[in-house]
Amino acid sequence: MDLSWMAWTLPTAAFFITIFLMLVGMGVWEYFSPGGNPRVGILRFETTRGDRLFVSLLGSAFIHLAWLGLIGPNLWWALALAVVYAIGVFRFV
Amino acid sequence: MEKTWNNKAWFMVLPVLVLVAFSAVIPLMTVVNYSVQDTFGGNQFFWAGAEWFEEMLHSDRFWAAMGRNLIFSAIILAIQIPLGIFIALNMPRKGWGVPVCLVLMALPLLIPWNVVGTIWQVFGRIDIGLLGYTLHALGFDYNYVNDPFDAWVTVIVMDVWHWTSLVVLLCYAGLVSIPDAFYQAAKIDGASRWAVFRYIQLPKMQRVLLIAVLLRFMDSFMIYTEPFVVTGGGPGNSTTFLSIDLVKMAVGQFDLGPAAAMSIIYFLIVLLLSWVFYTVMTNYDVEK
Repeated sequence: MDLSWMAWTLPTAAFFITIFLMLVGMGVWEYFSPGGNPRVGILRFETTRGDRLFVSLLGSAFIHLAWLGLIGPNLWWALALAVVYAIGVFRFV
Repeated sequence: MEKTWNNKAWFMVLPVLVLVAFSAVIPLMTVVNYSVQDTFGGNQFFWAGAEWFEEMLHSDRFWAAMGRNLIFSAIILAIQIPLGIFIALNMPRKGWGVPVCLVLMALPLLIPWNVVGTIWQVFGRIDIGLLGYTLHALGFDYNYVNDPFDAWVTVIVMDVWHWTSLVVLLCYAGLVSIPDAFYQAAKIDGASRWAVFRYIQLPKMQRVLLIAVLLRFMDSFMIYTEPFVVTGGGPGNSTTFLSIDLVKMAVGQFDLGPAAAMSIIYFLIVLLLSWVFYTVMTNYDVEK
């Protein structure tokens, strides 16, 4: 099957594989340690684990965009900030 | 009580997953791939990294289109939601008027977008259009081709004409589902018309209003065909919304990389705003 029209690159493939592995990981986590019921965190509304992953990913995308727009193209620090943000979301939201 | 686990239901979701994969995920992946590369055609791509995103985030043209789109969506929601509720409240609940009103309300929704654009393009013309000619004859200096304000008014009125009925039908569905007992209790309590609306009808319409706000926001934020047919994004760039700008960039200029980066930023903003709307409205419901 010719997928050249999709213009795959190694970084974008790695990006999507990471997202896919996160989703699989969430499934495995829920299977071995059920706890995905909604809870109320610092944002004062109910979130499940899936919601928190969504908020983490969406927030991370905006952290990267903000870094790119305000600071510059070196995104490693933005990635580090996004990881800290995601941990915070899973811990407190 | 012990919960019964049955994962067979996941197989029922499989067809939808396959459909979504082909209609949304694979195109989205392709757009992400394009957004980090440059191409001059011929299926040849050159790595560009985050360059297009940086270019977009510093582009006045992008932010201007974004501003216009946000203003447009805000105006559309501010008009269509209250107007839709008002019309639904005044529609008959029984008798021959019900089917007549429902058919009249459904009519604009059945017309294809490009046809709606063409109707309003002709309707607003000052030489042959009923609206444009009449306004001109009455002494109004109306010309949507030259005047940005007139172009905005035309596009907004067109969208209100096309889509308010969706809000009406959703609200009407919410209203007819309210049992008569609620109204009888309100009557016994001597509730005013406003109190009936505020404490019975509005809460009962909340779920359908959530859907109406979400649909109308997303549709108006992604509007393309109607303004493109009526104004072509003009005069100047005054009605160039994000999607019109995107198509100009991707198809007109064949700048696939910047257009892909713009699409992703656009997609993320739609996703964020929709999530905020959804979360705020569903949690308001839970709190109540």
